[in-house]
Amino acid sequence: MISIENATKRYGETIVVNGVSLTLPAGGITTIIGPNGAGKSTLLSLISRLLPLDSGMIAIDGLDIVSAPSDALARRLSILRQDNTMTARLTVRDLVEFGRYPHSKGRLTAADGRKIEEALAYLDLQTLADRFLDELSGGQRQRAFVAMVLCQDTDYVLFDEPLNNLDMKHAVTMMKLLQKAATELGKTIVIVLHDINFASCYSDHIVAMSNGTVAFQGTPDDIVRPDVLQAVYDTTFDVHELHGNRIVTYFV
Amino acid sequence: MQSFHFFRCRLLKLFGALFLLFVLMGASVMVGVSELSLVSLFTNGDATAQLLLFESRVPRTLALVLAGVGMAVSGTIMQMLARNRFVEPSTAGTVESASLGILAVLLLAPGLPVYGKMLVSTLFALAGTGIFLMILRQFPLRSALMVPLVGIMLGGVISAITTFFAYRYDMMQSLSAWTTGDFSSVIKGRYELLWLSLALTIAAYAAADRFTVIGMGEQFTTNLGLTYIQVVRFGLVIVSMVTACVVVTVGMVPFLGLIVPNIVSMAMGDRLRRSLPWIALTGAGLVLVCDIAGRIVIAPFEIPVGTVLGVLGSVFFLYLVLRKQSRAT
Ligand SMILES: Nc1ncnc2c1ncn2[C@@H]1O[C@H](COP(=O)(O)OP(=O)(O)OP(=O)(O)O)[C@@H](O)[C@H]1O
Ligand SMILES: [Mg+2]
Repeated sequence: MISIENATKRYGETIVVNGVSLTLPAGGITTIIGPNGAGKSTLLSLISRLLPLDSGMIAIDGLDIVSAPSDALARRLSILRQDNTMTARLTVRDLVEFGRYPHSKGRLTAADGRKIEEALAYLDLQTLADRFLDELSGGQRQRAFVAMVLCQDTDYVLFDEPLNNLDMKHAVTMMKLLQKAATELGKTIVIVLHDINFASCYSDHIVAMSNGTVAFQGTPDDIVRPDVLQAVYDTTFDVHELHGNRIVTYFV
Repeated sequence: MQSFHFFRCRLLKLFGALFLLFVLMGASVMVGVSELSLVSLFTNGDATAQLLLFESRVPRTLALVLAGVGMAVSGTIMQMLARNRFVEPSTAGTVESASLGILAVLLLAPGLPVYGKMLVSTLFALAGTGIFLMILRQFPLRSALMVPLVGIMLGGVISAITTFFAYRYDMMQSLSAWTTGDFSSVIKGRYELLWLSLALTIAAYAAADRFTVIGMGEQFTTNLGLTYIQVVRFGLVIVSMVTACVVVTVGMVPFLGLIVPNIVSMAMGDRLRRSLPWIALTGAGLVLVCDIAGRIVIAPFEIPVGTVLGVLGSVFFLYLVLRKQSRAT
């Protein structure tokens, strides 16, 4: 369980995460949606201790992220950020192997080796494994980063817009993969998504943020409704029922 | 099984390179102003030849190798810390600060033994490089090329301070004797400090994975459970101490830390556990080649290795910049 109490983050005068209190249950997929600048990435960075909290408290399974040792947290929680620039010149396999660092501290065991092969296979990267990251397309690179985070094999996995740069097939494959990780391996997955239809079809729980606060939260049935979405995004939506899922259109 | 085969293959290549390095070292020992004949050395136990060999030639070659290894590895670590390909101790204020430290010793405590000089110089180098990294953190620079420019400017300011005091106290000559990269005066008893730089390099190798993680950026580092600032500090200490050791014993060896890490990175990437041995070997080899060339070109005179590297390094720097720009457009 991730418990967030009164989390606040400021940049100068502007408050970008404003006293957010939220409990994200263990297991399943939680999706965070909301307009640009709502504070989604900032909240994810706060949870994963990449940014220091100004006030409030965040705990992962009772472990306070401020006081817990960073390497213990790294075995429990991993994050993939929205934009990843990599200046170090690494191959896909190097990158994925570093996902094991919190466990192996650089000395890979046979078990680590299996996890690495598994992660490469899950993301369809075997043929690219020995290519350098700077020689890949944007989507291929994104898949390599996801493989690294999955290889870290933590109970809690946070993704900030993991579908960035992916084509339709790989986007669906990615969401199915995350769903599988949640249901079969019991992982807790938190994803920031802009594609509401993916959020609608794959989430167990949706949190809608705007202006640094949680505007709404609930099941997809609670959130994927014209009135709620309009309040969050300030634009009009049509919601359709399709094969048991709610599909949103907003193009005209 | 396959990975074992790969591993053996890599090891074989590394041993091949090591062998080449030994050949170069042999050549370096043999080249020089006074003839050194192996035959007379070992058949009739020529005493002057033996003296020349063990008092001057061998120490010089060892000093070259150790300085080469140290500067190439320091350059790599600097590039990981600054996350910038154009940085090395002489484009980050490190070398200039170390020189200022030496001047301070020459002025205030000229009697200090060489280890004391090294220590003071290290402290100055630490401070200077620390300032450089702090500037980078405070003002994230939009262009990668700005980073070495800032470093060179910082180095320029520090040099100016050094020159000012050296000039005032009439120390220009002895300072330049200390800091110009010159191996011709290396004799037994005057280079041993460089073994310390080798020990530091080995310590850096033990932390190779951590430096690679740092090179991935602060967020990746935190996500993997390492404390960014701790690793940065460790890297800073290694770079500063190695630079101080080299500057104190043989003077500035510029650009080596720029050329070698870039060449090795192009060939095999930045996984330091894999690439650091190659960086060390290439660094040593390149200094040896430059030194031999400097001794042959205008024999019986010598071009200091620092000058040869300066020319080579500037050309390489331009190549890197132009290559980067052609890739960007
Ligand atoms: N380093 C920073 N300095 C100042 N303001 C910042 C900084 N980082 C983010 N902000 C501001 O904080 C607010 C929230 O940013 P955040 O990245 O969390 O938004 P987001 O919800 O992830 O948006 P997006 O959907 O565009 O990714 C924005 O208004 C942004 O301008
Ligand atoms: Mg964002």
